[in-house]
Parts: sequence; structure tokens; C-alpha cells
Amino acid sequence: MKASRKEALTALVFVSPWIIGFTLFLLYPLLASVYYSFCNYSVLKPPVWVGLANYRNLIRDDVFRDSLVNTLVYAAMALPTGMAVAIGLAMMLNAKVKGQTFYRTIFYVPSLVPGVPLAVLWLWVFSGKQGIINAVIQPWLDALSRALVHLHLHVTLTAPQWLTNATWAKPALVLMSVWGAGNAMLIYLAGLQDVPQHLYEAAELDGAGWWSKTWNVTLPMLSPVILFNGVMGIIGALQIFTIPYIMFPGGSPARSTYFYAMYLYDNAFLYLKMGYACAMGWIMFVITVALTVFALKLSSRHVHYGGS
Amino acid sequence: MTTSAQGRQKKYSGAGRQRNAWLLHLFLLLASVLFLFPLVWLISTSLKQVNQAMQMPPTWIPKPIVWHNYYKAFHYHENRVTGEIPFLEYARNTVILAILTVAGAVCSNALVAYAFARLRWKGRDVAFALTIATMMVPFPVTMVPIYALYKNLGWIGTFRPLWVGFWFGGAFNIFLLRQFFRTIPFELSEAAKIDGCSEFEIFRLVVLPLAKPALSVVALFTFLGTWNDFLGPLIYLVDPKTFTLGLGLQAFQNQHGGTPWNLMMAATAMVIAPVIILFFFAQKQFIQGIAVTGLKG
Repeated sequence: MKASRKEALTALVFVSPWIIGFTLFLLYPLLASVYYSFCNYSVLKPPVWVGLANYRNLIRDDVFRDSLVNTLVYAAMALPTGMAVAIGLAMMLNAKVKGQTFYRTIFYVPSLVPGVPLAVLWLWVFSGKQGIINAVIQPWLDALSRALVHLHLHVTLTAPQWLTNATWAKPALVLMSVWGAGNAMLIYLAGLQDVPQHLYEAAELDGAGWWSKTWNVTLPMLSPVILFNGVMGIIGALQIFTIPYIMFPGGSPARSTYFYAMYLYDNAFLYLKMGYACAMGWIMFVITVALTVFALKLSSRHVHYGGS
Repeated sequence: MTTSAQGRQKKYSGAGRQRNAWLLHLFLLLASVLFLFPLVWLISTSLKQVNQAMQMPPTWIPKPIVWHNYYKAFHYHENRVTGEIPFLEYARNTVILAILTVAGAVCSNALVAYAFARLRWKGRDVAFALTIATMMVPFPVTMVPIYALYKNLGWIGTFRPLWVGFWFGGAFNIFLLRQFFRTIPFELSEAAKIDGCSEFEIFRLVVLPLAKPALSVVALFTFLGTWNDFLGPLIYLVDPKTFTLGLGLQAFQNQHGGTPWNLMMAATAMVIAPVIILFFFAQKQFIQGIAVTGLKG
């Protein structure tokens, strides 16, 4: 008995930093945040209890609704696209072509570029006047317009103003997130390499072509990884902040890129409505948990676990 | 897609396979060009003169190649009364923070993970599950009270909110290290105990040396987190002299008289460079870190 007592005390000493950290930076803020969400709180004065007022005002708040819709729309656009590209690239790399490491590096390095430099770089790439993307696309669009004339369709196709056009701002962000698919690609690649070869061989014996093999062997075997990346992707997409903050201050084109985390930040540090911001934080938390549970529920029906 | 025996034969004969290989290479090359061009364009712009950078149609290889842009970006001074953009100071601030956070993360998380992995105590597994659960809490939820806490301590405007927390452990690193510590054979600990070592000595002399790979993953990802952090410096730093690289790069943008894009790209390249260089030297650690997060299932 004495030995285990001693071990427990030693453990206490070892864990002590985390006990402090957990209490100070997680437990206390979580509880305080709930409390603040029921208060008017500008950090300069003590909080004043207002009950459900913040939550009631949020429901009526147009900007809140817009920011939430923007975020969900962006997530719905970016996640499937990113996943498809990542899996596609992983499958191509898995085919053991020559120069596999070389390609793998090329696809991965862009995902290393961090938030601020990434935003600045793409501000330059998407620039309406001097942007390289439009400079490259425009000649193709011109050629397409000329071709369409033969079909008696007279249209002028112009490359979009990515940064100032409300329709194209979100797609621009989706493109950027796809550029960063290298990280997910590596995870899928590792998952692909775990797929037992004999399953493919069995499928080939049954006459399965490429698509059939992918749909019936590859994707089901990858489903745990897809699930995990999906959940992480949702959680990440809901919190997108740095890039739109730098590229689209105020959510510029017609508030189309004003995302949830940006509105939360503005409420806290611009308008000093910290209680309001806390309420927003908790709503985000609830949505995150709900989406995660939903994804897990879906997974029990579609995800295949187990080895060979 | 044919299913006849003949069709199958054609697909898997040498000719079919050759064609598939060429197609694959084509796609890979196309994808490579698409993935590479922004970075190539970044370097290209960074080496141009200001007027050439704005020129349409675009030229890929600058004539002349202005290496001096990098020097200029590093020592950039805004010519207005509002002051300078001391890029050098931003870099210094960021490096100092990186050292403080990495040291804190490695020390504190190793200690905590050891308790979860190598010691037996009541409630250990529940506590560990709780630790993992906290990883689900998004930062915005706790952001306001933590800010208020620092404000009451009078730490807003200093570096302390950006590194002190790292000395008290973090869920992700605890998880990572705990998984790794458990793979070290317990017999080694037993042997050391029989030799009369205290628990801390076992930690220091047996486990830590064997854990270098995992510790370097923690160090790497903590460094990257600090180097790339934007929201933290944004809310906690006030005096422009204390800004980090992330904030500083953004400040470059808000220029009177238009952004000098060639210098901007040079500055961007300099901020990205350490990350890329680190990747090439520490590839194993990168992959390991991703593997732990990705394949835990």
C-alpha cells in the first residue's frame, strides 16, 4: 500500500503543470465563458448580468446569421473539394510511378505555407490587375469566347475579380484550401498503403475496372481516414479566421467572406461586446459537437473498420 | 470498361499498362505545374523591380534580377512620420518567442505524459480521457476569459500571454508523448528501479533519451505554431516594436501610396523559408507528427 501511495504522490508532482494549466486555461475559462455569455461585458468594467439577452439578440442579428451561413457554405464547398483532390493525388502517387518522392514533395510543400504569408501571396496571385491567375486564364477565356461564336453564342468571358466580386470570393478561398491539400494527401496515402493487395486482386478476377475497384475496395478501406479528416475538416472550417481577416477585411465583397470567427473576434475586440462574443463561442461549440456526432453516426453505417 | 476476357487481356497487357502509365504521368505533371506556379511566381516577383512587378503580360524570369529586394525588405523603413517597419526586430521577437514556447512545451509535456504513461495512480485513465476531450474545445470559446485573465494580470502588451501557457502542458502534446512513452519497454524502468533510481531519475536517464524522436516532433510543431501564430499576437501585442513576423508582414500591406509588391513578396519568401528549410531537414518528424494525428483512428 505504501508503494502505491508513493507512486500516486510522485504522479501528482509530475502532472502538476497540467493540473494548473488545465484549471487556469481550460476549466476556468470554460465556466467563465458560460457566465459571461449571460452578461454584458466590456473587459474594462465588471460584467453585468443580463440573462438570455445575448442569445435572444443573436437570433435576431442579421450579421450573425450571415456569418454563420457564410461559414457553413464555405465548409460545404471546401471540404468535399479538398477531400477529392487529396484522395485523387494520393491515389496517383500510390500507383508507384517513377519520381514518386519528387511529386509527393511538390504536392506537400504548399501546405506548409503558413496563414499570413499564404494570405499575402494569394492576395498578389488573385489580384485583379496584376494577378498571375487572371493573366493566364484570360487568353483561354478569349479563345473559348471565339469558339462559342461558331455556335452563334456571343458572350464575352472575362476572368473573375476574385477579391472584389462576392460570387468569386469564396471560390478563391476554396482554391487556396485545395492548394493546401498536401497534408491530407499524405494521410490518405498512408491509408492507401494499408489496403491489402489481395482485395484488389480478388476484384480484378471478378472483372472490376478502375472505377469499380475504387468504389468497392479503395474507398471503403479508406473510410476511417476519410471520417477522421472529415471531422477535423469541419472543426477547422468553422474556425477560419486569419486568411479572410487579411485578405477580405470586414468580409469585403458584400460581406460574402465575413465568417463566424471574424464576427466573434470583432464583437470581442472591436465592439468590446465580450459577453456577446462568448455566446457566439458557445453556439459554435454546440454546432461543432453536433456536426461531429452526426459524422460519427453516419460513420457507423458507412465506415468499415478491421484489418485484412 | 469491358468485362469480356479479351477486354481484360487488353487492359492488362503491356500496351494497356504503358498507356495508363503515360496518362498518369501526364496528370501528375499537370498537377505539379498547378501546385508549383504560385511559389515560382512568388520568387519571380520578389526578384523584380517595382515597375516590372506590376507589368502585364507577366514575365516569369525577371530581367534584371534584383537580389537587393531581400535586403530592402529586411530593412524596410516607411517614409512617413508613423515610423519604421523593423522587419529585423519582428524576426528577433518571433525567434525569442519560439525558444520560450518550445522549451516550455518540451519540458512540461514530457513530465505530464510520463505520469500518464509510466506511473500508476487512481483515476489516471479518466483524467487522460478528459485531457483528450479538451482538444475538441475551439479556442474562440475560451478566448475571452483568457484575455480577461491576462488583462487582470496586466500582461496585455507583453510577450507573456504568448509563451507562459506553454509551460503548463497542452492536450495534444500530452497525448502524443504519452502514446510514445508507452512503447518504451517497462522492463527498463523496472531494472532502473531495482538499481535504486528514483522516479525522476528513471524519467531523466531512461525514458527521455529514448524519447528523442517524439520530443523532436513536439519541438517542431510547437516551433511552427509559434512562428505562424497570428491571432495570439494580434490580440495580445500592442506596441508595434513588439510585433512578430506574422503581424509585421501584414503591416507591410497597409502602405501609403500602394503596396510595394516586389518587396512584399521578398518579405513573404523570407517568412516562409525557415518553414520549408525545416521541412527538408526534419522530414521524418513531420511525417511522424502527421501519422500520430492522422492514424490514431
